[in-house]
Amino acid sequence: MSALSDIWGPVVLTIELAGLTTAILLVISTPVAWWLARAPSLWKEIVGAVLALPLVLPPTVLGFYLLVMLGPDGPGGAIASLWGARTLAFSFTGLVIGSVIYSMPFVVQPIRNAFAAMGERPMEAAATLRASPWRAFWTVAVPLARPGFLTAAILGFAHTVGEFGVVLMIGGNIPGVTKVMSVAIFDFVETSRWREAHLLAAGMALFAFVVILAMSLIEKRMGRPAS
Amino acid sequence: MRRILFAFLLTLCALPARAGSTTVAVAANFNEAATAIAAAFKAATRHEAVLSFGASGALHAQITQGAPFDVFLSADQERPRQVEEAGLAVAGARFTYAVGTLVLWSRDGRATLGDAALKAAGLRKLAIANPAAAPYGEAAIDTLQALNLYDSLKGKIVQGASIAQTFQFAETGNADMAFVALSQVINRTDGGRWLVPENLYKPILQDAVLLRTGEGNEAARAFFTFLRSDDARFVIQRFGYETKAPR
Repeated sequence: MSALSDIWGPVVLTIELAGLTTAILLVISTPVAWWLARAPSLWKEIVGAVLALPLVLPPTVLGFYLLVMLGPDGPGGAIASLWGARTLAFSFTGLVIGSVIYSMPFVVQPIRNAFAAMGERPMEAAATLRASPWRAFWTVAVPLARPGFLTAAILGFAHTVGEFGVVLMIGGNIPGVTKVMSVAIFDFVETSRWREAHLLAAGMALFAFVVILAMSLIEKRMGRPAS
Repeated sequence: MRRILFAFLLTLCALPARAGSTTVAVAANFNEAATAIAAAFKAATRHEAVLSFGASGALHAQITQGAPFDVFLSADQERPRQVEEAGLAVAGARFTYAVGTLVLWSRDGRATLGDAALKAAGLRKLAIANPAAAPYGEAAIDTLQALNLYDSLKGKIVQGASIAQTFQFAETGNADMAFVALSQVINRTDGGRWLVPENLYKPILQDAVLLRTGEGNEAARAFFTFLRSDDARFVIQRFGYETKAPR
């Protein structure tokens, strides 16, 4: 195995994982954020708090639950048995499930805030112009919330790239399947391959810097706080 | 409850003031044995041994970066030797504290079938420790190659970051079977296990070194000496290791 493929493989896999996770999260989070942003009730606060749990929980808690849930004794194992597998752990699908849960608050929150900041007025105005709620949502609410979506996509992607504990616990370190960048760095450090570790780590640091810079530039350009 | 607490406080008072403490980096496979040794060590000397567990590779990386460990119990000979050569350990003190045994373990009984279970069609995921970081993982690869099964099973292998995580993969049922250390499963009555024949892998000689940071620590030196005592060797053997006669 060459050093280059040892580095490049995890990079590509990480981008695939983060990209797919972000796409799924944008689809799931939009209706959820819309619902959460409208007229607050106790119920919504409870759901919102549950969705925000990964912000506070150590990744090991999530990793442990996922390992049990994805395994043969949990629902994940039941799903996996549909195609003859015993578990969803150690699979790319398992990582996507884990990442979606883990990164969800980072996507829901900015969209929710953007919807909430918009207030009721634009939707009411659209209604008086006889736009259907569905049409008003797409032509009024979504464009108004665009900075929130952008922030959500960037944060969701970046946070998935930065995931480590969960992947370490449910991944099984399989090259090309579950060996993402953060795990590859851990591996390189453990096996005294520090040149490779340095390369990847520096790349991650640069990536994080670019993400944070992009975030503040978006906030500035859009003229309102993004989160 | 209150009485227990009182008795506990009383024991604390009874300890001599000079009871020391030492930090020991322990390869994950030696977890239970080290815990038992630390208890015996405390009973014999009143010193406290504070144990940190991890894959030998991870501990080695930490030690080279100045981790405050006094003693390093590795799962191999290579890493202690490197530590010694780097001048981080007391020269000449290195010795083999245990010789490990590799087993194949499964939550169901199938592992008892040994290599037949490895060849069986029902095997979907086989857990081994990361061979680059943990000697038991290396021994597992050796075994698979000696059985001419490595190429056919390569796609089914999942790696644990340490031998402890490897076992946990099989214990939760996420992996069908796992190559682990005998010490991890010796006290279990559930599941099935197969002692891998010793001619299939290189002997797992586990070396200990007294690190420079521990040289001036009385408790560290005492622990290092205690590790070679008959008491400690008895415990080590009880957990499924062989020990070498002291030089």
